[in-house]
Amino acid sequence: MGDAVISTAVNVRPPLSSPLEAARLMLARDIRLALRKRGQIIQPLVFFAIVTTLFPLGISPELSRLRDVAPGVLWVAALLSSLLALEFLFRDDAHDGTLEQHVLSGQSLAWLMFAKTAAHWLLTGLPLAVMAPLAGLSLGVPAASLGGIVFSVALGSIALSLIGAIGAALTLTVKRSGALLSLLTLPLSMPVLIFGARATELAIKGAPYGPPLYLLGALAVLGVTLAPLAAAAAVRISLE
Amino acid sequence: MSERRLEAVDLHLWRGDRHVLRGLEFSLGGSECLQVTGSNGSGKTSLLRTLCGLMWPEQGRVLWGGSDIRRDMPAFHTDLAYIGHEPPLKADLTPRENLLYWAGIRRRLTGDEANDALSRVGAAAWGDRPVRTLSAGQKRRVALAGLMLLAAPLWLLDEPTTNLDAEGQQLVSSLIREQLARGGLVVAAVHHELTLAGSALRRLELAGG
Repeated sequence: MGDAVISTAVNVRPPLSSPLEAARLMLARDIRLALRKRGQIIQPLVFFAIVTTLFPLGISPELSRLRDVAPGVLWVAALLSSLLALEFLFRDDAHDGTLEQHVLSGQSLAWLMFAKTAAHWLLTGLPLAVMAPLAGLSLGVPAASLGGIVFSVALGSIALSLIGAIGAALTLTVKRSGALLSLLTLPLSMPVLIFGARATELAIKGAPYGPPLYLLGALAVLGVTLAPLAAAAAVRISLE
Repeated sequence: MSERRLEAVDLHLWRGDRHVLRGLEFSLGGSECLQVTGSNGSGKTSLLRTLCGLMWPEQGRVLWGGSDIRRDMPAFHTDLAYIGHEPPLKADLTPRENLLYWAGIRRRLTGDEANDALSRVGAAAWGDRPVRTLSAGQKRRVALAGLMLLAAPLWLLDEPTTNLDAEGQQLVSSLIREQLARGGLVVAAVHHELTLAGSALRRLELAGG
């Protein structure tokens, strides 16, 4: 009956992986998968670039007018493109059964959801923050404000990824979840939009943009602490 | 060792308006295999998902080592390996990468162990091809390698022999026999009788709703 290569007796169990090790594996896996399927990362970024360049065509090429609407344009585009990326967050895992194995892994599901969302942010939120200056320049934003824009988009997208994770987990079993997902997450994302746009506006004016940035940070921390728990509960319900 | 016992107490499960499990009871000890049969839609998969805690029964309890699995789910899950209809594999990763992740988030795992498991299931030659290029039977074999690597005392298997050739079905039988010899438990939902000469095979027939 074949050679018994693995003779581990059931009562001599191999040591369990630590939560940190599990999170590291999750991050490595998702980044590797994303590099093999680049389309999923590039799509939302292209969407962001196109939306922000459509505005000058639609309003006017006058830089002073564009500069006034730039915060709103940047943030609405960032919000929508992060929404676009969300659909892939848990869908593939649910489809091929690996999400089920996460639930059954013996690791804290909330922790794994946090690791998964962190990977998602690295692959979608961070590139968005890196792209934001380019979009900003095309809207006539002064170069001195770019640092503030990058910072606020990076911080805001953390909160957006985490809020989105709850919505994505809740709509796992819905066939065409796009519309429902946006109905669920957009209202919750409003504070991020308000403070993000405000920080960007202040940065463009050259005023100190610290206070709205702190509030964005607070939202991100709130998301980090609560969203993985909610997403884990939602995943459990969706799998039942 | 004596603590190792899986019990179902008066399980009732509804799926929509169908009463799928009606007061199901069993008690399975170490080195025993429970073979669950029944026609399509009789609730085999629902039973397995209830036993592993993915579905919550409307009434009744599942006990592992005498205590309700809901009291400490993570502890129960570290003792459990469940393989559903579809092998839980990422299509864009290779079998080896899949195993290192799937088993790795649960237990410490070396590359050599993964290689050994892959060659045991006859996957050594195609262990580095993306899973999307493999046949259904090959994917099933990779799932069996994962099952070995999880090193769990309790196996819950949903149709473990689907898509496998005769030699693959032999492999499933010998893996189950080894698990029983180690004192492990196996619950398998099957369409065709398992061939486990000399092992403690118990049968459960689901009547269907």
